[in-house]
Amino acid sequence: MANADVIVIQGSNMAEAHPVGFQWVMEAKRRGAKVFHVDPRFTRTSALADTYLPIRAGTDIALLGGVVNYILGNELDFREYVLAYTNAATIVSDDFVDAEDADGLFSGFDPATGSYVQDSWQYAGHEQTSGSGHTGAERETAAGLQHESHGAPVSGAVARDETLQHPRCVYQILKRHFARYTPEMVERVCGVPQEKFLELARAWTENSGRERTGCLIYSVGWTQHTVGVQYIRTGAIIQLLLGNVGRPGGGVLALRGHASIQGSTDIPTLFNLLPGYLPMPRHDVHPSFHAWVDSIRHPGQKGFWGNAGAFAASLLKAYWGDAATPENDFCYDYLPRLTGDHGTYRQVLDMIDGKIKGYFLLGQNPAVGSAHGRAQRLGMANLDWLVVRDLFMIESATFWRNGPEVATGEIVPQECRTEVFFLPAASHVEKEGTFTQTQRLLQWREKAVDPPGDARSELWFFYHLGRKLREKLAGSSLPRDRALLDLAWDYPTHGPHDEPDAEAVLREINGYDTATGRPLGGFAEARDDGSTAVGCWIYSGVYADGVNQAARRRPGQEQDWVAAEWGWAWPANRRTLYNRASADPQGRPWSERKRYVWWDAEASRWTGHDVPDFEVTKPPSYRPPEGAVGPAALAGDDPFVMQADGKGWLYAPSGVLDGPLPTHYEPVESPVRNRLYGQQANPTRKMYAHPVNATNPSPPQEHSQVFPYVFTVSRLTEHHTAGGMSRTVAPLAELQPEMFVEVSPELAALVGLAPLGWAHLVSARAVVEAKVLVTDRVAPLWVDGRVIHQLWLPYHFGFEGLVTGDSANDLFGITLDPNVLIQESKIGTCDVRAGRRPTGAALRDLVEDYRLRAGIVPGVTPPSVTPGVRVEPSVGDEEGEP
Amino acid sequence: MADPVSRPDPPVADDPATAAGWVDAPPRMGFFTDTSVCIGCKACEVACKEWNGVPTSGLDLLGMSYDNTGALTANSWRHVAFVEQPRPAGHPPAASTGAEPTARTEFLGMPGAAPPGRTGSADGRSDFRWLMMSDVCKHCTRAGCLDVCPTGALFRTEFGTVVVQEDICNGCGYCVSACPYGVIDRRADDGRAWKCTLCYDRIGAGMTPACAQACPTESIQYGPLDELRDRAAARVAALHERGVPEARLYGHDPADGVGGDGAFFLLLDEPEVYGLPPDPQVPTADLGRMWRRAGVAALAMAAGAVAAFLGGRR
Repeated sequence: MANADVIVIQGSNMAEAHPVGFQWVMEAKRRGAKVFHVDPRFTRTSALADTYLPIRAGTDIALLGGVVNYILGNELDFREYVLAYTNAATIVSDDFVDAEDADGLFSGFDPATGSYVQDSWQYAGHEQTSGSGHTGAERETAAGLQHESHGAPVSGAVARDETLQHPRCVYQILKRHFARYTPEMVERVCGVPQEKFLELARAWTENSGRERTGCLIYSVGWTQHTVGVQYIRTGAIIQLLLGNVGRPGGGVLALRGHASIQGSTDIPTLFNLLPGYLPMPRHDVHPSFHAWVDSIRHPGQKGFWGNAGAFAASLLKAYWGDAATPENDFCYDYLPRLTGDHGTYRQVLDMIDGKIKGYFLLGQNPAVGSAHGRAQRLGMANLDWLVVRDLFMIESATFWRNGPEVATGEIVPQECRTEVFFLPAASHVEKEGTFTQTQRLLQWREKAVDPPGDARSELWFFYHLGRKLREKLAGSSLPRDRALLDLAWDYPTHGPHDEPDAEAVLREINGYDTATGRPLGGFAEARDDGSTAVGCWIYSGVYADGVNQAARRRPGQEQDWVAAEWGWAWPANRRTLYNRASADPQGRPWSERKRYVWWDAEASRWTGHDVPDFEVTKPPSYRPPEGAVGPAALAGDDPFVMQADGKGWLYAPSGVLDGPLPTHYEPVESPVRNRLYGQQANPTRKMYAHPVNATNPSPPQEHSQVFPYVFTVSRLTEHHTAGGMSRTVAPLAELQPEMFVEVSPELAALVGLAPLGWAHLVSARAVVEAKVLVTDRVAPLWVDGRVIHQLWLPYHFGFEGLVTGDSANDLFGITLDPNVLIQESKIGTCDVRAGRRPTGAALRDLVEDYRLRAGIVPGVTPPSVTPGVRVEPSVGDEEGEP
Repeated sequence: MADPVSRPDPPVADDPATAAGWVDAPPRMGFFTDTSVCIGCKACEVACKEWNGVPTSGLDLLGMSYDNTGALTANSWRHVAFVEQPRPAGHPPAASTGAEPTARTEFLGMPGAAPPGRTGSADGRSDFRWLMMSDVCKHCTRAGCLDVCPTGALFRTEFGTVVVQEDICNGCGYCVSACPYGVIDRRADDGRAWKCTLCYDRIGAGMTPACAQACPTESIQYGPLDELRDRAAARVAALHERGVPEARLYGHDPADGVGGDGAFFLLLDEPEVYGLPPDPQVPTADLGRMWRRAGVAALAMAAGAVAAFLGGRR
């Protein structure tokens, strides 16, 4: 990041939420980089940026689409890079109908399941042979995620037009798709003044190319939307067009929200993934180990995913040790299977409905931190048991006696059926282990002090829980107990509390030879015959040579600027992914200034500052022989080695469930009509028709004016997420001691709000009150002939701790992105009134009153396809074509 | 050690440790706080409190932008000021209907909306600005607090910094009124005076003060004062070159009213905007002259008394 010439921060308040990482933005600025910040309000990040662009929350695709249009309309793309390294030249099927031509829906939409049949999106000639086909089941299981590390399938060679003139080549499709995203349209949709937009577009393009690179930074301000994945896709398209991927100072940087959230997707805490982004098997389509593995590796496919069998077998071998053999498919039958949507919001609704009996909460405080806090609390109040492991007595452990539903009479402490077990947890300084951060860097952490009292590490908890369960089941002859009894559960322990050895776990994650115990040097050594066990294949190499590579701390001044000997980055200690793209197709650096990885013709190998993300001896001139598969099918100038065609995807024929190209849809709750399409919101968004859930109406629905204002929530630097680690600590709590809402002077005058007075916000779910902070940092926006007022709230507050306040997340309903099932919790609509909120039963009456006025019927979701938008019958049905 | 109070008009010594009698003192150490890279994270405030065991300064929402600390006090030895400077008049958006108020609210009780920011030197600025500055004890070359301390609780360290010894302070409070910056303060519960020690216990062990150690953007820089002054001058020049003409140093000048600060700043507006005095003067600057005058007056009175006595006898 320090090498960037321009930095665009959007959907992220980096200075406040990632102050330590922000030092690299300041370093780049010191070296002369221009920094842009795009955000609904002026934050501490804006204060340090060179230029700030205000934006209406939820319109980022319109703005970024405007940048794409600016690039293509003025032919400012890095043409050599685009032609060689992206799929710009690839010809797309004749069957494909763009959203531009169908009022906001792409071809193949199936209204019955709210998902697309993607055959018509494929590359020409591949309509039936690749892609996901009908994606209804993928939408249920957030299967978009499984492409995170390796892209989606495409088989065989593709038709290309190197002149980029073919009307159905990706380049021309992209150009047409974004042609209406003009500076005028950006201003009308986003409220961004044209001159500000053009300043951004100019700086971004002028600081990209051979000699210069730009970097794009986002965080949950982009992800937590019903079109969140497509926000990021749009950013990636810009970066590919400008040649900013795989090069120093380039990239699309996702800032993760906690110290090891990257680690918790790599070795996931998600329902749909296994370590290393191996998909969780589905009961209906993956009956056998081979069916499962084939669905990952796609036999006949180009690219590195061909070795999936070795990764899968080695993972099962790590789980079940000696019991896992090639003969029994490595105990594949012990693996749980997906039967549908098991996401966190589905679970909460199932808890309310009594379908879930018990729940573990570790490092999470959904009573405050998750959307629709009332649903979270009502769900947790309807369990048999709840285990909460945390540093402090958080809201999710005390909701049954101190929660707001006790005041409204919805939860009666004496009658609440949930038995809550609170177990004190050790903090990060009280246990050893690794953090995996944004750059995929694993950093080992020593234990500084012993945890107090009964507090124990997570490792201790799970190891001994497993040990005790196995002891209780010992001797069982029931087949269902075999999965637990056959586990390789043999970690060495030490100390008075029998703490498991964290390094032993890291060694297992790295992988080892099952015969000799030798730690593997990397995932290339993984085998599918049971001779290796690997806990997480992408982490393989972190314990190479029996050395904890993550614990390396050679100071920066003692090594070169890439600092390869600080910690360890997956995969293979590679600091920048796809770095083959930092050299031109012939293998020469694009420029001296941006030299990174290049082909050394004399030594006949790739070399450079980083570990090359390419087969080191494959020359740039290599062309795969006819019929080649796997890595051998990648040409010497195919830098995107995990993609099925070796190219960066401007257009995604599969892998993204809501469209091959990003399209501006309004947020689910928006005060304005979609300017660009008849289709108002993402037609594939996941909605839950449940009585506890309700959605404020948006145009063209009636009564949207009942909730006339836009609110958004995010973090303050002084607090941490749901506040469990900051509202409980005096030196932090006193820095932001009360819940507040930021409003513009204009809105304050309009509604009659006084500085430091009270205001309350009302949505169809909840009412929350806050102190008023009137500030110029929040400005009303002029959007398409009307003024849009936006408000901002911190989401850190709850009812426990030294400082307390209403929880902003209570205001949100539950509507999810279809790709990854993330909730839209960065934007909603509300009403604002001066004074304190009502208490007791009157509070629910106020919500009910608003619901009535807005015509909301609980449990009824708005239509996914906006009335008036014609759903084209899928091409196959209409014309009977293959 | 020389008694500073008795020193007549001390020379503007840039080496106050030697002036205070230290032999072979190490280089004078200090802070350079570059507000142009401050992100207002308050890590300095937290690190200071944690290391020095400073008690809480109260759970009050002050409504002064993001500043809920308020000022440097006995219980806040670092204080991050937040100054919101409004856009110049005429900034969009215009209102759509008569129902929308067009006039901007002029003064909302926030420091940022107050006149100093508007009338600062940032003419021609087109954007809203949000200034942040981590304030701290200045460790003056001529320290008023130290000059007036009757018990010797305040002393000049070998690093040229000024430190209160909590076991000697008797809580007289003379130092409070003697500080031209309003930094040193008495703690309500024990009455004694407290302020930044520049982490005397850390720097003596070769460590960086807690605030500078915690600062993620190197806004707070710690080091030998000479080196910091060179670095600061270069930074100002670089900012001027990059089109930030409003960058200026504060407290760096040994010729100012306190003989220069051991903790000095790079500011982006007039000092008043940040709540800093534009021309701080050590109140004891005139002490020598005052003592001489008092001496003359006393002598004259004594002479008068003698004369009256002698005259009376006659």
